[in-house]
Amino acid sequence: MNNTQDKNDVLLDVEDLEVEFHTGAGVVRAVDGTSFKVHRGEFLSIVGESGCGKSVTALSLMRLLPRKTAAVKAKKIIFDGIDLATLPESEMRELRGRHISMIFQEPMTSLNPVLTIGDQITEPLITHLKMSQKEADLRAIELINMVGIPDPERRITQYPHQFSGGMRQRAMIAIGLACEPKLIIADEPTTALDVTIQAQILELLKDISERLGIAVILITHNLGVVAAYADRVNVMYAARIIERGSSSNIFGAPAHPYTVGLMRSVPRLDKPRVGRLATIEGMPPNLLAPPQGCRFRDRCPIADEKCQESPPTTTAPGTVQDHTVACWKNEFAKENAPTLYGSETAIEKEKSAHGEKVLLNVSGLKQYFNISIREGLKSHKVDIRAVDDMSFNVREGETVGLVGESGCGKTSAGRAILHLDNPTAGNIEFDGNLLNVGNIAAVRRDMQVIFQDPFSSLNPRMKVGQILEEPLKVHKLRDGKSARLDRVAELLTQVGLYPYMADRYPHELSGGQRQRVGIARALALEPKLIICDEPVSALDVSVQAQIINLLEDLQNDLGLAYVFIAHDLAVVRHISHRVIVMYLGKVMEVGEGNTLYDNPQHPYTRALLDAAPVPDPEIERSRQRTILEGDIPSPLNPPSGCVFSTRCPLVTDECKSMVPELDDFAPGHGVACIKIGAS
Amino acid sequence: MLRYTAQRLLLVIPTLIAVAILVFFLVRVLPGDPVEVKLIGEFGDVNPELIYKERKRLGLEDPLHIQFVNFMVGLPQGDMGISLVTERPLTEEIGARITISIELAFFATLLSVIIAFPLGTAAALYRGTWFDYVIRIITIGGLAVPSFWFGMLIIMALLATVGKLPSLDTAGLFEDPMANLYTLFWPALSVGYRYSSVIARMLRSSILEVLAEDYIRTARAKGLYERIVIVKHGMRNALLPTVTVVGLEFAFLIGGLVVTEQVFNINGIGKMFVEAVQFNDMTMLQGLVLIVATSFVLINLLVDLLYAALDPRIRYQA
Repeated sequence: MNNTQDKNDVLLDVEDLEVEFHTGAGVVRAVDGTSFKVHRGEFLSIVGESGCGKSVTALSLMRLLPRKTAAVKAKKIIFDGIDLATLPESEMRELRGRHISMIFQEPMTSLNPVLTIGDQITEPLITHLKMSQKEADLRAIELINMVGIPDPERRITQYPHQFSGGMRQRAMIAIGLACEPKLIIADEPTTALDVTIQAQILELLKDISERLGIAVILITHNLGVVAAYADRVNVMYAARIIERGSSSNIFGAPAHPYTVGLMRSVPRLDKPRVGRLATIEGMPPNLLAPPQGCRFRDRCPIADEKCQESPPTTTAPGTVQDHTVACWKNEFAKENAPTLYGSETAIEKEKSAHGEKVLLNVSGLKQYFNISIREGLKSHKVDIRAVDDMSFNVREGETVGLVGESGCGKTSAGRAILHLDNPTAGNIEFDGNLLNVGNIAAVRRDMQVIFQDPFSSLNPRMKVGQILEEPLKVHKLRDGKSARLDRVAELLTQVGLYPYMADRYPHELSGGQRQRVGIARALALEPKLIICDEPVSALDVSVQAQIINLLEDLQNDLGLAYVFIAHDLAVVRHISHRVIVMYLGKVMEVGEGNTLYDNPQHPYTRALLDAAPVPDPEIERSRQRTILEGDIPSPLNPPSGCVFSTRCPLVTDECKSMVPELDDFAPGHGVACIKIGAS
Repeated sequence: MLRYTAQRLLLVIPTLIAVAILVFFLVRVLPGDPVEVKLIGEFGDVNPELIYKERKRLGLEDPLHIQFVNFMVGLPQGDMGISLVTERPLTEEIGARITISIELAFFATLLSVIIAFPLGTAAALYRGTWFDYVIRIITIGGLAVPSFWFGMLIIMALLATVGKLPSLDTAGLFEDPMANLYTLFWPALSVGYRYSSVIARMLRSSILEVLAEDYIRTARAKGLYERIVIVKHGMRNALLPTVTVVGLEFAFLIGGLVVTEQVFNINGIGKMFVEAVQFNDMTMLQGLVLIVATSFVLINLLVDLLYAALDPRIRYQA
């Protein structure tokens, strides 16, 4: 089905799509004259950072934007010979779910909680294909089976809350597939899911698209996902498509400075660090008042006067067919891609050396949460073993990465070390003192934390200056208001903000700036160790790179040690000296960063690395990956023996009865698996 | 679902026992002596000895724990004691007058729901239009206006227009349904106005909230008819918080009943309440509070069951 003939056949042809939102503050043009085509059976990706207009594009095609506030215009939107731009709503409705269907980002909230999964799958069948309930039920079972959910007869009678996140997204795909559409639009379908589940879902989508010849528009911000699955790519920036081409063109020979910057600002999972991350300075423009000319102008390292005029979409230099770019200086950008954002120097290449003195020593840490479960009128207490027997240390000036999927206990471990939740058992020794509830307050100064969500972790009613001044007051670090304000200004400068921002409220700042305030707050007390709990996961990639670089600079300047908690394996590789991999409260593997990534031993570490896509289509095409099956078990009811035994490809009966110890596979490289012996 | 129902039913029993205990002691801390009130009413001045004798005869001089045991033992047998004023069994006294009140309460609830649902839904679907604003004014009025005052307005309006009030002598519901409903219509409206306003406002806001949910977008993306999107996907979810409010607001309805029966001169238990307080009829008050509390518990049980029927998450949690 996937032959050349089909590929050249245009299924969707969008020309000059414009979407305007009428808001209280003015008119926001969220999509500004974009044109693109989707061929039959192809996998097209629209990639860009938040607010670039990628989701709005998708929703406007489906005509799912609120009619009161959103105005959609287009020269034409030809779908399968019909112009959607002029189609009356009643006919548009007949098309939705029948010929174009959509899969959304949040599987948790996108299914109706009070209707059975079966009911939700059969609805489009009954509406569009006029099936009887009985026929539709049979088809639903078939569909549930097709998307890889076991026990379909029982599953269709269940409700969404009885499904795991991954299963719900499979159910969403089943709904999307129900009427065998010609096009599926998947809007960030895996952003809310763990990396091993993400791989399952994307493989499923790709497989279905190929088998049934369904075209897919995949909207994502994740370049790795794009490289692994897309045939062609549209890159969006500030409401416009700025570059488009085949996946190998875009990744192999990017010609727009923004695309180049985007690729360079993500750390690579498959390579040792090559130096500091490239950063695109600044922020995307405010679409209420976008700049004249090229919208990337203010952040572009090579912009000149010419860029004040909007660049035309031209064919990228020296490329084969169909690679277009909207940049006056694309030729220069393409040729100088590696050095566009500064060249790497030898000093930056290696991570800064760390000291030898152990600063934090954690041994036998257990964090159990005792929760009560109601069963009818009785309730009984269950221990959730969020962290179960964890030992590690952090040396002065060292970064230890803590990585794992949701529910693995990485955040609980961080909170237990800080005594934000008092640990159930284990010794935590910091700077020579054994920590306990009594002396923690005295140590807090030296041990600080940066939280994940810069939106909710700063008090919205306090000005930035007050937020930064408060710890100085509490710990009596500076005498007198003016000395404190001097220190606040110093801190703001240190994290790359301006002293005048002390008068701002958090909501007046961007996400990246807020996270900088969070870092400044942690620095205020001149700590020796900072626990960073997913400090960059809420940020866009270009901003993420800025924050990572800032954290590294601070480490160099101040000799800070970090415990860096994250689910993004590539970020952890980039920033950490050593890495700890966790799964369901247990440490699976510990090792020096490069050793662990290049030579992973534990089957879980391997699977995790396999599941994470790399932003390079050439590598992705040749990768042999083992994709883990099944879901992460509930921490309420963890498997006996090795916690990974239910999903492990190497599992034997022994694994189910024996809890593996973390043994040294090589010096400094520990693996908790009975199948992996010391070499 | 069956198990859930059984559980909820079982939980009603301890609640009712607790209510009975509370009522018994509450009534006994009220100031004033019912016997004294009665005897003074009959003979003018009375001497303490007579009062003592009378109290002894009515069992009021028994130690508190004996009275309590008698009360609690009587309850499950359907014996609520006797009225201190008429000395007839409470079950008879209340039984004779409760029908009309139940009917009024039901009718008021029904009327409220009938008024509130279209109002609330329309206000949500036409949000921000003049229609929404008019409904908003009406419903805020419902929250602000006390039911007895609204009742008096209705009476004045009826007198000014029709020139007479609906007949007080109420035909039974099954003898002459139309006449019966007509008699009860105005009182029901006067009690139900507040009720319907609360429901309409709740419904409006929960529909608006639900329509902004992701699953509504999913339903539209499936190409379902807008009517199905709103009724099947929207309303069912929007009903959940609304149903809770219906249960909680029932207490206000009973409160409204007491004064409205007075205003419209309806001979139900609401009026009986006022009389019981007037004559310091302790046991009567005790019985009435118990009955009202029981009905409140039962209505909320009904709400819980309805909630579970609407929301599978509740059902399976149990």
